[in-house]
Amino acid sequence: MSNNHEIVVPTETHGHVHRDDVGARMGMWLFLFTELLLFGGMFLIYGVYRFQYSEEFHFAAMELNTGIGTLNTIVLLTSSLTVALSISALQKKNKFLSVVFLSLTIVFALAFMVNKFFEWSAKFSHGIYPGSEDLINKSNGEVVFFGLYYVMTGIHGLHIVIGVILLSFILVFLIRDKITPDNFVKLENAGLYWHLVDLIWIFLFPLFYLIQ
Amino acid sequence: MQDGHSNEEHSHVTSYGTLVIIWLALLGLTSITVTVAGISLGMYTLFVAMFIAAVKSALVINIFMHIKFEDPIFKVFLLVSALTLLVIFVLTFVDFSFR
Repeated sequence: MSNNHEIVVPTETHGHVHRDDVGARMGMWLFLFTELLLFGGMFLIYGVYRFQYSEEFHFAAMELNTGIGTLNTIVLLTSSLTVALSISALQKKNKFLSVVFLSLTIVFALAFMVNKFFEWSAKFSHGIYPGSEDLINKSNGEVVFFGLYYVMTGIHGLHIVIGVILLSFILVFLIRDKITPDNFVKLENAGLYWHLVDLIWIFLFPLFYLIQ
Repeated sequence: MQDGHSNEEHSHVTSYGTLVIIWLALLGLTSITVTVAGISLGMYTLFVAMFIAAVKSALVINIFMHIKFEDPIFKVFLLVSALTLLVIFVLTFVDFSFR
């Protein structure tokens, strides 16, 4: 018997590295479920307080700009479309179109943050920001409403920023042919993340901007 | 494992047309939800808004997120996590209502 402990190094004999794309997507979905619970918890707090402070919530929501909220909804839905188009384009082996659509997605994401900046700036100038004197003098329900508004749209905004960074890396991979029509699971997973950010907004929008 | 079943390929390509139609449907539902919010329906306002949001989510999850064309196990995962969230909501609201 040989005492040699041979280490078997897998060599790429036929130039093929085994991948498991279904497994990669499944992992992404599992991560998305943890995100769902993160936001779900906040929606739960919102739900309970909305019933407890019904009138104050309606009153406080008057301060929010429905127009800018609607605009951001359209921007985000369109960015979801472009990232989905980017995947379809790549599957059809049209790299150029895929790059264009992915770039558009990043542009829309940035547009969303620019709108958010103007929206929050307007609130701040009206003296409504966490811990502000104007806010502390309001009723409990209104304090809770604006607290939830800043935390929930804030964490959602953080997800947008992370999404921009993620999509930018994916764009570089795509341009450098690290993502190809035969291997594009990274693009798919980034797309899944981006759609989740869109999904969260689909619920945030009516709950904060459309109570009248 | 099985022959002819590769984990590395994606046979289904969603056409540009389908994606654009879903996008238009999402925009349509958004305008409905904004319009309905202006009409006073009392308690029903919230339920109408949540129903429309649920329909929009179903479109995004099925088509944009490709769940409709994934293996059944993905649907099971999704169902389990959605039900978990539902149970948490129902239990909390039951507690809140009968307190």
